[in-house]
Amino acid sequence: MNQILIISVVALTSIGVVAAIILYVAAKKFHVEEDERIGKVVELLPGANCGGCGFAGCKSLAEAIVKAGNMEGLHCPAGGNETMAKIADVLGIAAEEATPQVAVVRCSGSIKNAPAKIEYDGITSCAFANSLSSGETGCRYGCLGLGDCVKGCSFGAISISEETGLPVVDYDKCGGCGGCARRCPRGIIEVRNRGPKDRRVFVSCINAEKGAVAKKNCAVACIGCGKCVKVCPFGAITLDKNHAYIDFTKCKMCLKCVAECPTGAIHAVNFPVKKTEEIS
Amino acid sequence: MKTFKLGGVHPNDNKLSRDAKIEVFAVPQVAYVSMAQHLGAPAKPVVAQGDKVKVGDMIAVGEAFISANIHSPVSGTVDKIDEWIDASGYKTPAIIIKVEGDEWNESIDRSPDIIKDIRLTDPKDIIAKIKEMGVVGLGGAAFPTHVKFMIPEGKKADYLIINAVECEPYLTADHRVLLEHGEKLLIGTRILRIALGVDKAYIGIENNKPDAIAHLTELAAKDFKDIEIVPLKMKYPQGAEKQLIKAITGREVPSGKLPIDVGCVVNNSGSTYSVYEAVQKNKPLFERVVTVTGKTVKKPSNFLVRVGTPIKELIAAVDADLEHTGKIVSGGPMMGKALVNTDVPVVKGTSGVLLFHEMESCRPASHNCIRCGKCVEACPMGLEPFFLSAAIDKELWDRVEAHHIMDCLECGCCQFTCPSNRPLVDYLRTGKKVVGQMIRNRAKK
Repeated sequence: MNQILIISVVALTSIGVVAAIILYVAAKKFHVEEDERIGKVVELLPGANCGGCGFAGCKSLAEAIVKAGNMEGLHCPAGGNETMAKIADVLGIAAEEATPQVAVVRCSGSIKNAPAKIEYDGITSCAFANSLSSGETGCRYGCLGLGDCVKGCSFGAISISEETGLPVVDYDKCGGCGGCARRCPRGIIEVRNRGPKDRRVFVSCINAEKGAVAKKNCAVACIGCGKCVKVCPFGAITLDKNHAYIDFTKCKMCLKCVAECPTGAIHAVNFPVKKTEEIS
Repeated sequence: MKTFKLGGVHPNDNKLSRDAKIEVFAVPQVAYVSMAQHLGAPAKPVVAQGDKVKVGDMIAVGEAFISANIHSPVSGTVDKIDEWIDASGYKTPAIIIKVEGDEWNESIDRSPDIIKDIRLTDPKDIIAKIKEMGVVGLGGAAFPTHVKFMIPEGKKADYLIINAVECEPYLTADHRVLLEHGEKLLIGTRILRIALGVDKAYIGIENNKPDAIAHLTELAAKDFKDIEIVPLKMKYPQGAEKQLIKAITGREVPSGKLPIDVGCVVNNSGSTYSVYEAVQKNKPLFERVVTVTGKTVKKPSNFLVRVGTPIKELIAAVDADLEHTGKIVSGGPMMGKALVNTDVPVVKGTSGVLLFHEMESCRPASHNCIRCGKCVEACPMGLEPFFLSAAIDKELWDRVEAHHIMDCLECGCCQFTCPSNRPLVDYLRTGKKVVGQMIRNRAKK
């Protein structure tokens, strides 16, 4: 009995020793010299592998930054300027500031604004529903509300609201990587500049239908009337394919267009609520 | 009796309109003629707003290699050249014609006589005529017929197969054509046989249409020795091209190849009848037989409808119980498309309008896959729908492609047989779309 025990212990130990020697030799022989700074940079990056930087994952971006030795054109939108500054500190290079961005949903066809005319009962996938039909509301440009964008988000920053049936972006969590925008089969989500004090003005509709048809399907559709284009003092608004678009690089947030819009398709985010004059 | 071997299912055939004679449907007030009612590039309008057109005048030309001419189904004035919704609710270019009277183009022979002597003898002339008259496959996909008969160099056709299977439940449009226009169909078959340059043609008919088999066999024995009627054992999807070739000739079309690669050309029976009309009567394809049926329809019918007639007019004519209708489908129950709106017009590919009872149309709750393998057994293409659907859900596109997603017919056998009611076809269609795009992108590079 004792003998069997001894034999097995000795045999296993010797196999272990031999294997360890082989592994040691192999590790020495096939060792790849890797810049240790890459590891440090990877630790600083968010680690979601969202692909917002244009690389396959966080490690690829880290390698690119270390290899280039500067940050020109290399930016982690999810981590933002803060993360990039930390990385610059570690590598001893100059940090480059990028304008913080955020995803906005350019559709307001909620359950109330655009009531469903038919019922869709296929799989929960916008890509499939889009290929099958124009959707429940009849608007062939509007949100289908089946949550492909939610699947595309690596940070849990977007969710489908039960009340409206539309995606809601959590602006605190969103880094503007564009994961959701790439997933949306209708191109409704746009990555825009966060804007000064986190304030934004945008047209929440992308339909290219003529005004009357659009209005029939959705109460808050952009009808392409062009009033906002006329009222804008900065020439930031253009009208194309029956809907308006606000260029965020030109917009100075005067809010004249918001007041002018007859359907309420232009949204202003994070502006303080105007005080109403008290009746004296 | 012959049939294909691999897979297949046996849905109840529900041919409610089997005995309803083809009725000529009233000409609509306004015709919405879609420019994209065939497979391939949309046709280009050749009329302008305000032009007067007669029935049978060419109003749009198919310029691309895979495209088809479109002729006016009505006489009247071109009201608008605009966009109109198709079955999926998206808009496609369309010519909208206001109807005034019913004046036909003089070149169309409207006499009821059957012309037996074939007017054109050169295959090239026949194919040119078919192209000119805008004949497309009337089975559903609406593939331009003339393209099928232009055999690429280095390939040779051995068999001409006429597809009179009509394996989709409910639909009887082809069945009625076989019964009421049997002789014309056989002449059409002979025209196509000459166009293809083969000695013999086969007409495949499923054995749920014994009257049609008997009628055509009798006619063929008398005057048409070059045409053989092949009764087939009923099984869905026998009407699919590859399955029909397997059933009749025993040949198998390899993955990613076309029927012509195994020397076969398959043509739908309805379009064969249109070929007869095009060649012998000089009549373009502007009307077709449409079955309007379903459990909520009191008077299931087969109508001869002008293309461009809104589907709501067909529904109004059959006395349907719309309150209990859950879903309106264009085409058959297995592969048809649920309509989003009944303003959608009839197109060349509309084989039927099917009204589902609300109890039939609701999808039962879907459960997890239990790996029973029924979908694998049912798949006529030998695919593994359970695996593919899971891989598509996980977006493993390379594996999806490696498992031959592009062979999928979207016939619905897998979903029909699934005990867990999984929406397999939904997944497979999504996968086909993504992988198809991947392949096209690769080809571009």
